[in-house]
Amino acid sequence: MSGSRSARKSFVTPHMRNIPRSGIRDFFEIVSTRKDVISLSIGEPDFVTPWHIREASMDALDHGATAYTANHGLLELRQAIAGYIAAGFGATYDPRTEILITVGVSEALDLAIRAVAGPGDDVLYHEPCYVSYAPVIRFAGANPVPMTTGVDSQFRLTAGMIESAITPNTRVLLLNFPSNPTGAVLPRSELEAIARLVVKHDLLVISDEIYIELTYDGPMNSIASCPGMRDRTILLNGFSKTWAMTGFRVGFACAPPEVLEAMMKIHQYTMLCAPILSQKAALEALRNGDPDKAHMRSVYAQRRNFIHGRLNEIGLPCLLPEGAFYVFPFVGGFGLTAREFSLRLLDEENVACVPGTAFGACGEGFMRCSYATDLDNIKEAMRRLERFVGRLRPAAT
Amino acid sequence: MDELLKLLRQNALESPENLARLLNQPVEEIRARIARYEADGIIRGYQAIVNEDRLDLNRVRAVIEIKVTPEREGGFDKVANRISRFPEVESMFLMSGGYDLLVFVRGQTLQDVAGFVSERLATIHGVVSTATHFMLKTYKDQGVLMFTEPTHERIQVSP
Repeated sequence: MSGSRSARKSFVTPHMRNIPRSGIRDFFEIVSTRKDVISLSIGEPDFVTPWHIREASMDALDHGATAYTANHGLLELRQAIAGYIAAGFGATYDPRTEILITVGVSEALDLAIRAVAGPGDDVLYHEPCYVSYAPVIRFAGANPVPMTTGVDSQFRLTAGMIESAITPNTRVLLLNFPSNPTGAVLPRSELEAIARLVVKHDLLVISDEIYIELTYDGPMNSIASCPGMRDRTILLNGFSKTWAMTGFRVGFACAPPEVLEAMMKIHQYTMLCAPILSQKAALEALRNGDPDKAHMRSVYAQRRNFIHGRLNEIGLPCLLPEGAFYVFPFVGGFGLTAREFSLRLLDEENVACVPGTAFGACGEGFMRCSYATDLDNIKEAMRRLERFVGRLRPAAT
Repeated sequence: MDELLKLLRQNALESPENLARLLNQPVEEIRARIARYEADGIIRGYQAIVNEDRLDLNRVRAVIEIKVTPEREGGFDKVANRISRFPEVESMFLMSGGYDLLVFVRGQTLQDVAGFVSERLATIHGVVSTATHFMLKTYKDQGVLMFTEPTHERIQVSP
């Protein structure tokens, strides 16, 4: 008899086997077994893509736009992006050689890491952070080096933290501000201090700026506009959050020509191009979507005020997030881990929030609540959370 | 328009406490501002937006274009004020273009509205002509869609 299945060696490579599944995925599977859940676990806008943007895509389909585009993406769209980045974020890029349209920022991040980091290279990034950073760095064979941020720095990264993490192997610094899951934003002065450090140590920055348009209290700052940074930054941005276009899967990367060319090669051989209908929609968003983004930003800002106020009233202290659409309250005061707190909240009140540990070990004691959902849902979720915390409190004292 | 008015236009039932949280202002301040808007006549009332097509009221709504001769003193206002007082008239506007007044009216039956136009409107001194259009179906009213958009389920947890 031939060997049983369990005795057979695995077909999967050891380095893939060793990459853990996303903590979010894990939590999703628990939530998806339940009905009538109020979910504050959703990392995408609750708005439907504005009508004129959808219409641009339908119109393109009507006119037979069903083919590949250039690998870099539609030139018209790249030109529009060059104008958008120059006007809004103070960095200029040549649309022919320095801008690449990708399948969301997720693809762009993978391309960026693979283009500039490999075995033996350290990539610095800040935690708590988006779930894909460490795995994507590992896919490239590079070494992910997390830097821990916490409430004491308002979850901001500082030049000092980076300086103490730099080693001779450090090649790349990965930034994500405004940050998922904390909503932290870096002030211009800190970005400039980081920029000086990056220049001094001859590093490259990958800046994931997908939430940059959801900056509520001050100007939107891109590190690419800091002195000396344009030629050592890969700027990543997209349309998913700003124009509620997650399902269109369209993002972009701006980088100096040599780096962009390397990213383009991977994109060319693996993805070919972003879907043409999504690129057409993105072009319409850039041309005529300013009122939509302003409207959505003001709605998010009001919900942010509301949920921040309620969480603090309930006794779950949280900072006022300056960007993105998440709050990150402290839930560690009840003798429960973040995961235990989230699971009991789900079990007892049917409210889903992602435990902070899904975003790095230093997320212990915290929970991510997304306010990219209807205000009525937020109100009801807060009511249930208040009841839940009310039950925990006597036990904790 | 200020944010408080925008929020009230979206949902006039929102509590002052919640408005205060949304706008990050003290609740007393919100109450005072609403009172001021009411006193100044900026807020003129609070109504539910009802989809009457769903109620089987068998009521008729019409839009009437009216041409009038402006009066030497008071221009259009005099005749407009007179017309606007009829309880049948729901909304009314002075317009540029091919006619002068646009009037939204409501009646129990088609005959009702026809009678209102021929016997009461057309006979007013200064009214030169009328053109009546009956409404067949409401798709959107006061910024609110009267049909429910299909919702696309979002996944419950996403990164």
